[in-house]
Amino acid sequence: MWRLEARPEPSRAMLLATPVLAVALTLLLGAALFAALGKDPVAALRIIFLDPLLDPYARSELLVKGAPLVLIALGLSLGFRAGVWNIGAEGQFIMGAVASGAVALAFYDVPGLWLLPLMALAGLLAGAAWGLIPAFLKIRFNANEILVSLMLVYVAEQFLIAMVSGPLRDPQGFNFPLSRLFHDSALLPVLIEFTRVHAGVLVTLVLVGLFWALMRWHVLGFSIRLMGEAPRAAAFAGVRPNRIVAISLGASGALAGLAGMFEVAGPAGQLAPALPVGYGFTAIIVAFLGRLNPLGVLLAGGVMALTYVGGEGAQFGLGVPAAANEVFRGMLLFSLLALNILVSFRLVRPARVAAPAPRPDPDPQEA
Amino acid sequence: MDFSALDPVALIASLLVAATPLILAATGELIVEKAGVLNLGVEGMMILGAIAGFAITVESESPALGFAAAALAGAGLALLFGVLTQMLLSNQVATGLALTLFGLGLAALIGQPYSGIKPPSTPTLDIPGLSDLPVLGRLFFSHDAVLYLALALVAASWWFLTRMRGGLILRAVGESHDAAHALGYPVVAIRLAAIAFGGACAGLGGAYLSLIRVPQWTEGMTAGAGWIALAIVVFASWKPWRVLLGAWLFGGVTILQLNLQALGLEVGSAWLSMTPYLMTILVLVLISADRSRAALNAPASLGRVFRASS
Repeated sequence: MWRLEARPEPSRAMLLATPVLAVALTLLLGAALFAALGKDPVAALRIIFLDPLLDPYARSELLVKGAPLVLIALGLSLGFRAGVWNIGAEGQFIMGAVASGAVALAFYDVPGLWLLPLMALAGLLAGAAWGLIPAFLKIRFNANEILVSLMLVYVAEQFLIAMVSGPLRDPQGFNFPLSRLFHDSALLPVLIEFTRVHAGVLVTLVLVGLFWALMRWHVLGFSIRLMGEAPRAAAFAGVRPNRIVAISLGASGALAGLAGMFEVAGPAGQLAPALPVGYGFTAIIVAFLGRLNPLGVLLAGGVMALTYVGGEGAQFGLGVPAAANEVFRGMLLFSLLALNILVSFRLVRPARVAAPAPRPDPDPQEA
Repeated sequence: MDFSALDPVALIASLLVAATPLILAATGELIVEKAGVLNLGVEGMMILGAIAGFAITVESESPALGFAAAALAGAGLALLFGVLTQMLLSNQVATGLALTLFGLGLAALIGQPYSGIKPPSTPTLDIPGLSDLPVLGRLFFSHDAVLYLALALVAASWWFLTRMRGGLILRAVGESHDAAHALGYPVVAIRLAAIAFGGACAGLGGAYLSLIRVPQWTEGMTAGAGWIALAIVVFASWKPWRVLLGAWLFGGVTILQLNLQALGLEVGSAWLSMTPYLMTILVLVLISADRSRAALNAPASLGRVFRASS
C-alpha cells in the first residue's frame, strides 16, 4: 500500500511538472469523454490540440483568444497569491467593454488617434471601479469578496443588456439590442494582414513582462507573496492587508476591463449582449495552471486558447458540442488540483520508509 | 400601471415556491460548513441536479425518480470535491470553483437534447379539507411534496445540530478538527458524509427549479441561485431557522421583480433583474459589518485543510 509522506519542503521540480502532468491527464480524461460522446477520441484530440498549430490562420486566432485570457489571468494571479479571491473578472470585463464602447459611440465618426487611448483608459477605469466595489465592501464592512465579486457579474450582464437596449442602442438597428458598429478610429489596428490579430495582443505581451518584473523585483510583489504565504510575518513586516486587498482587486479589475476594451474594439467591433463568453471564468483556470506566475500564465493562456480555437474546429468537423469544451476545461482544473498534492507530499511504500524526517509544516493550503 | 393585477395570495404562494430551491441548497451547505468545509461548488451541483432530475423525469415519467436522481447526481459531484479536498488536500476555494465550472459544462452537455421540452408535472399534495380552505388552502396546503420536505429538512437540521449527539460531533469537527481527531472521531469520514449530504440537497434544489419552479430546462438556468444560497448561509449566521428567513426574503424579491416586469414597469426588465443580486450584496454587507458577531458564529475551522498528524 502506497502512502503519502510530507516532503521536508515543497518540491520545485513538481511545482513545474504538475501543470504539464495535469494537461496530460486531462488529455486522457478528454479522450474518454469524446469516446463516451461517440466521437473518435484520437481525431478529436488531434483537431483540438494539433490542427490549430499547423494552420496559419488558426495560429493567429490563438493569439486573439489567448490575449484576453492571459491579460485577465495576470491580474487574478496577483490577488490569488495574496489570498484575495476575485472571481468576478467576467463582470469587470463587461464593464470595461461597456465604458470603452460608450466612449467610442460618444465620438462616433470623429477621427483621431487619441480615441483608442481614451477608450483604453475608460476600460481600465471602469474595470478597476467594478473590482474596487468588493474591495471597499471587504475592507469597510468585512463582506466576503468571493460572493460580492461574483454577484456583480450578474449585475454587469444585466447592465450591458440595459445599455444596448437603451442609451447605446443603434438608432437604425430596428430595435435589436445591439450598438452601432464602431467606426475605424475606434477599432484597434490589425497587426497581421488577413487575420484578427490586433494591437491588444502586443500590449498584453508587454504587460506580461512588466508583471513578471513587478513580482520579482518590486517590494509590492514581495508584500503580495508574503501576505499570501505568511500573513503573520507580513503583519510584522508592516504589510497593510487592506492596501493589498484594494491593490489586487483594483489591478485585476483594471486588467479585466482592458481585456474588455480589446475585445469590443478588436474582434467584436460593437456592443452586444453576446459579448461576454466566459473569458473571466476561464482565466481563473489559466491563473492556476500558470502557477500564478506571469510567464506561466502566458503558457497556460496558450494551452487554453487551443481549447477555444480547436474546440470550434471539433464542433464543426466532428459535431462535438461546445459544452464538451467547457467540461474539458473543468477537468483540467480538477487534474491540476489533484496532482498538486505531489508538490508537498511524495508517495512512498511503507517498507522503505526510514526514520521519519523532521517535518516543518508543509503548506498544502497553497493552490 | 395597475397594481390591482397583483393577487397577494398568489404572490405569497409563488414566493414559497421560489424560496424552496434556496432553502434546500442553503440547508445542505449549512451542514457542510458546520463540519468546517467551505464548498463553493453549490451552483455546479445545483445545475447538475437540475438536468439530472429533468432528464430522468422526462425519460421515466416519474418525478419521484427524477428527484432521487438529482440528489444522487449532486452527491456524486460533491464527493469529487470531497476526495480532492479531504484526501488530496487541495485548496477548498479553488476546488469549489472548479466544481462550479465543471458542473455548468457537464449540465449543458447532458442537457442539449432536453431544451424546449415540458416535463411531466409533479402532483401537488391535495389534503382533503385543508386544501379547500378559502385563502389558507391556496397559500399553504396546495403545494408539492418537495416544498414540505424542504421545510422538514430545516427542522431536522436544527434538531440534528442542537439536540443530537451526531450533530455535536459534526460541530466539534467544524470548530477544531485537531481536537476532534484527538478524541478519536474520524474527521475525514464525517466531512465526506457532510459534503455528500450537502451535494444531495443542492441537487434536489436544482431539480426543483427545472421540474417545478420554471418548469423547463435551459442552459445556465440556475443563474446564480447556488451563490445566493452560499450568501444565505452567511446571512443565517449558520443557524438553520434563519435560512428560512433568508430564502423567503430572496424568494420575495425575485417574485416581486418578476411580477413588476410582467406589469411592464417603465424602468426596464434588465434593471429589475439586477435586484436579487444587489439585494444579496446588501444583505452580506449588513450581516458582516459587525465583525465580532460574524466571527462568533462562523465555524472556527471553516475552509482549513486537515491532515491527521499521525
